[in-house]
Amino acid sequence: MKPECAVEKIIEEGGKKIVVCDTTRARLLPVLQDVQDRKGYISDKDMQQIADMLGIHPVEVYSVVTFYSFLTAEKKGKHLIRVSNCMPNVMKGSEKVIKAFEKALKIKVGQTTEDGQFTLEETGCIGMCDRAPAIMVDNELVGNVKPGAVKKLIDGLSKAKKKKAKK
Amino acid sequence: MPMRQGPVIFSEIEPYAGIKKAIEMGSGAVLDEVKDSNLKGRGGAGFPTGLKWSFAVIAEAERKFVVCNADEGEPGTFKDKVLLEEYPGLIFEGMAIAGFAVGADCGFLYLRGEYRSMVPMLEKKLSEMRTGGALGKKIMGADGFDFDIEIRLGSGAYVCGEETALIESLEGNRGEPRNRPPFPVNTGFLGYPTAVNNVETMTAVPHIIAKGPGWFKTFGTEGSSGSKLLSVSGDCEKPGVYEVPFGITVKEILKMTGAAGARAVQVGGASGCCVPKKEFGRKISFEDLSTGGSVMIFGRERNMLDAAENFLRFFDEESCGQCTPCREGVPVLLEGVRTLKRGECTKGYLDDLLSLAESMQCASKCGLGQSAPNALVSIINGFKGDYKLSKKIKEERAFHG
Ligand SMILES: Cc1cc2nc3c(=O)[nH]c(=O)nc-3n(C[C@H](O)[C@H](O)[C@H](O)COP(=O)(O)O)c2cc1C
Ligand code: SF4
Ligand code: FES
Repeated sequence: MKPECAVEKIIEEGGKKIVVCDTTRARLLPVLQDVQDRKGYISDKDMQQIADMLGIHPVEVYSVVTFYSFLTAEKKGKHLIRVSNCMPNVMKGSEKVIKAFEKALKIKVGQTTEDGQFTLEETGCIGMCDRAPAIMVDNELVGNVKPGAVKKLIDGLSKAKKKKAKK
Repeated sequence: MPMRQGPVIFSEIEPYAGIKKAIEMGSGAVLDEVKDSNLKGRGGAGFPTGLKWSFAVIAEAERKFVVCNADEGEPGTFKDKVLLEEYPGLIFEGMAIAGFAVGADCGFLYLRGEYRSMVPMLEKKLSEMRTGGALGKKIMGADGFDFDIEIRLGSGAYVCGEETALIESLEGNRGEPRNRPPFPVNTGFLGYPTAVNNVETMTAVPHIIAKGPGWFKTFGTEGSSGSKLLSVSGDCEKPGVYEVPFGITVKEILKMTGAAGARAVQVGGASGCCVPKKEFGRKISFEDLSTGGSVMIFGRERNMLDAAENFLRFFDEESCGQCTPCREGVPVLLEGVRTLKRGECTKGYLDDLLSLAESMQCASKCGLGQSAPNALVSIINGFKGDYKLSKKIKEERAFHG
């Protein structure tokens, strides 16, 4: 048995999706995105293994990870909440939404809750400019967010997780 | 089918009408029709699409690629999102026609990471089209025309919308823009000729091929054929995506969207410029107010310096840091607008800011740094009532220290 290796899993899982340039450097981003998706971050060991697989230096992998804001070398919360702070959102009260999240989660923007469930971040335009204030919850875009509805949204996410765990 | 209505993009069209006709006509004729239509890029820069494709055609190479730029990151733009959600088949058909015209067998849809929840739906559409013979081998039964599309996701970097940064990103690198020339049509993905076009540009193509360049040119102005999708946000009653013929005035847009009280309109997103009320007669077109589609409306009570600060904060976050004018200039402009807001900015300091802005516009490596100062400059010039200069002559100016 080989040791648990993120890279080999990716090849199995993601192999089907990827049509072009299978083993070349050009696969780096989809590979990293896949690890980020499944683990919530990209560890040093992952980077080392990916570098070996693609035949490049780990520092090159690291430099790519640090360039993209959706890729991270540190572990983030299970759920990632990104509040858009673009102008149309600010005009429609995104600052109140951020405050509401900070209060409900008892953290500041950029932090992760102690139980590792939630990370709160700010982001630029997310293409929901006509439905401001808007946020991104994990992969989903949510518009017209009312500060008063924030608590319920968080409770919903926590519950959904527990239900899944029971199954 | 979606219920939207509009002159070109949202007009009715049979699925695959464009690609079928393209194959009947032959690739040379497709190229001629696109050139003749005077279609210009809808992603912001407005480069003639037919001309771009013809460069890719004459470039000699074993392989060629087509890229649809769905990175849509310009603040205030969400029209590509609507197209991706509601007209994905038309986008892919446009890409296939582009592939046919330039001789590419592979296309990428570079989708911004923020839109990733669309991926399953888009994949489904792709496989539907493969089954329908509009993608894959021998498209529409044509011998020798194979073309397929792969979806690639961005990872939250605005600068990757810039075509050379996008290609770097596709190649698995940091999304840092390259020097141009060479342009992607000569040296693109993995060094091969690559035609990069915006989602809306691709969507216009099947319409042009199916209905003819003459029809397309009946809409718009002389220099700007066809229509434009606008993404309208901010202080108005009816924000959303509108398809309008080129030549529409700002005033007409405000009327259409219920924004009677507007005092300013930011056209072209954070990289665009801010239009004051006295210029609301200006027209959306490549000749006058050029935009990738972003229209942000500001009501009576807004101070435009807040907008300038917001935009510069965005650029500060998104600058790739590769070249000095942008990396060092954006933070200075940001500090400058804050000084201006506090009423501590002197005339001399303001002049320095404007001259820095000019340096950035000409010396930055890519469009991000070149256009980062635009909003601030237009606000300083067009909204003098929104700030007061300090009379105090400050010895040390942020600039020199
Ligand atoms: C910083 C920056 C961001 C850009 N973002 C986008 C984008 O999100 N979508 C887009 O189509 N073009 C974007 N562009 C323009 C592209 O570089 C390129 O001109 C365009 O994709 C060409 O397609 P078109 O000719 O069909 O407009 C951006 C340019 C710059 C400088
Ligand atoms: S202008 Fe800005 S974003 Fe463009 S290459 Fe220079 S530093 Fe990077
Ligand atoms: S400008 Fe805020 S979501 Fe687009």
